[in-house]
Amino acid sequence: MTTALPSLLENRGKASLSPALLAIPSLVLLGVGFFLPLCVILLYSFATPRSFELLRSFTLVNYSELIRAENSIWRSFIWSNGLALATCCLLFLFTYPIAHGLCRVFGHWAGLVTNLFIFPLFISENVRLHGWVLFFIKGGVLNGTIEALGWQGGLEVLYQPGMILAGMIYTHFPFMLFPVTLGLAMVPRDLCDAAADLGANRWQIWREVELPIALPGILVGMLLTFVLAFGALTEARILGGQSVIVIAHDVEHAFTYAQNWPLGSALSVLLTLWIGGLVMAIFSKVDLDRILGKKEI
Amino acid sequence: MDAVNLQSQEFSTQRSYSSTPVLQLIGVSKAFGSFVAVHKVDLDVYEGEFLTLVGPSGSGKTTLLRMLAGMEVPSQGNIILRGNRINDLPPNLRPTCLVFQSLALFPHKTVGENIEFPLKVRGVGAPERRRRALELMATVHLPENYYRRNVMHCSGGEKQRVALARALAFDPEVLLFDEPLSAIDYRLKKVLQKELKELHQATRKTFVYVTHSLEEAMVMSDRIAVMHQGRLIQVGSPEEIYERPANRFVAEFMGDVNIIRVKRREKDLIWSGEDVDGSFCVLPPPGEPDICSAYIVIRPERLRVLRPHETADNILIGEIHNRYDLGSRIQYQVRVGEKMMLVEVSRSQASSLSLQMEVTLGWNASDAFTVVS
Repeated sequence: MTTALPSLLENRGKASLSPALLAIPSLVLLGVGFFLPLCVILLYSFATPRSFELLRSFTLVNYSELIRAENSIWRSFIWSNGLALATCCLLFLFTYPIAHGLCRVFGHWAGLVTNLFIFPLFISENVRLHGWVLFFIKGGVLNGTIEALGWQGGLEVLYQPGMILAGMIYTHFPFMLFPVTLGLAMVPRDLCDAAADLGANRWQIWREVELPIALPGILVGMLLTFVLAFGALTEARILGGQSVIVIAHDVEHAFTYAQNWPLGSALSVLLTLWIGGLVMAIFSKVDLDRILGKKEI
Repeated sequence: MDAVNLQSQEFSTQRSYSSTPVLQLIGVSKAFGSFVAVHKVDLDVYEGEFLTLVGPSGSGKTTLLRMLAGMEVPSQGNIILRGNRINDLPPNLRPTCLVFQSLALFPHKTVGENIEFPLKVRGVGAPERRRRALELMATVHLPENYYRRNVMHCSGGEKQRVALARALAFDPEVLLFDEPLSAIDYRLKKVLQKELKELHQATRKTFVYVTHSLEEAMVMSDRIAVMHQGRLIQVGSPEEIYERPANRFVAEFMGDVNIIRVKRREKDLIWSGEDVDGSFCVLPPPGEPDICSAYIVIRPERLRVLRPHETADNILIGEIHNRYDLGSRIQYQVRVGEKMMLVEVSRSQASSLSLQMEVTLGWNASDAFTVVS
């Protein structure tokens, strides 16, 4: 007993140091890969328009240029938000029944169904969307089949906002499906049985028991989908042609064709603030701890 | 073997429940694929009684309870509630309430919201709900300030009480319990058993309770139904089941017991032992006066260690092999030939006994019970 005590005291000093030492690699990676680029972008947003020199000048003209009401940026901004919101809501309606099936109905088949939804992710998004183009384009698979069956072909399905939305729903499917499934899986089976036994009908069980307990998963799914859909570029470009310009396109344009890094940086900063602000606003209203019952009301 | 429902005169006067069955199970069976969980059970549940279903794991008692609740549909047979067949009635329309083993409390709701849930889904207004919830909390001895507390912040015993209050909220006719006390420590279990019994007497509702612990069954029940491998073996009061078991399984399940296989030599009361040597005076099993092969069942507390001047109808001589201190009594394992017998004596008598001592065990014919299988 007495011999163990001194060694314990010795090790205490060492023990408090090593977790910090172990964290250093992650901190370096985060610093170099995440924080440093963000700082560079922030600094560039204050540089003279169309220049590439950092820290040579300080101007707010990039921001004032963007916030101007006549700027077409606003149109793209509204389109991106609208498409992301629509994707989010529609995806929730589509994925909830599937999540319910995966948790409660499919049984042995749940694994197969899950794999069917994961499998397309192994193929690059670009390739999948080009596949859609081949399917939907005038003279493609859809029109060809319709004409082969004897009906009037010539359907103009592509290059419109509806198609962009469909493409976004398709690509963001797993990002909504799996968090919602996880959320639903957190609802214990006997809770629903007990609610039924106490007199609740199917709708009441869903509203009072399933939805509140699954809500964290649903929220995470919606947030993830919204953030990803807001920054989505490929669907608008491949499926939509020039019908809709999304905000990510504007950012890319500023950095490439327009050769205006400061403008692009300023836009990036504004978008980061927008999404960051949204996320924080939602999480301040929705207290996950309270939903999960970890805190007193 | 069909259910044996003994109605003895000396016990009926002590019954606190009525003689009308509120629930009747007639030929109820349940199969899951090829596995038969419950096999042709006939059982009457009387209004206001505390009936316990006991049996080892896999005996079908939980499946039977779930069929009463409406969670499972019987494969065969009928469940009758006050004369109406309720086989297909869903759980939310039945006047029964099941208290789960895990309690199934809603973790995202407060104590008050949990208790009010059955009232809320029935459209009762908020002030009335609150009044009723506080009333129920008083009945189950929960302090008023627990109303706003999140249910996951309560202790095990408090959670039990919330589950009970919630079950009583919509005034069900039959309360069903699925081993609610099995995961609780001994002292709290004793307290809750007493409270459950008091609640039963106060509310006068019908309680159907499932447990694998025979001690719990003996302490709380008006009647016990013993199940084994999906079949109902015996139904009766705790005394009847303990003193007059239907077969060896029930005898062994209800506690430590000595069983001797015997064969009748002639048509009289003298039988000879098959697994121990000796002739025994045995009363034939009830309802089978002519049977020639049976088992004697003697409880350790009915068996006596005979002092030098004492005598009994039946005696066995053996050597003390082991000693078990049970607190108020001492139990001895006595080797008689190839067999181990268990005998219980008082502490004062035990002081004169020691290991490897030769003792004479004795019992009268009326101290034992005879079973056929």
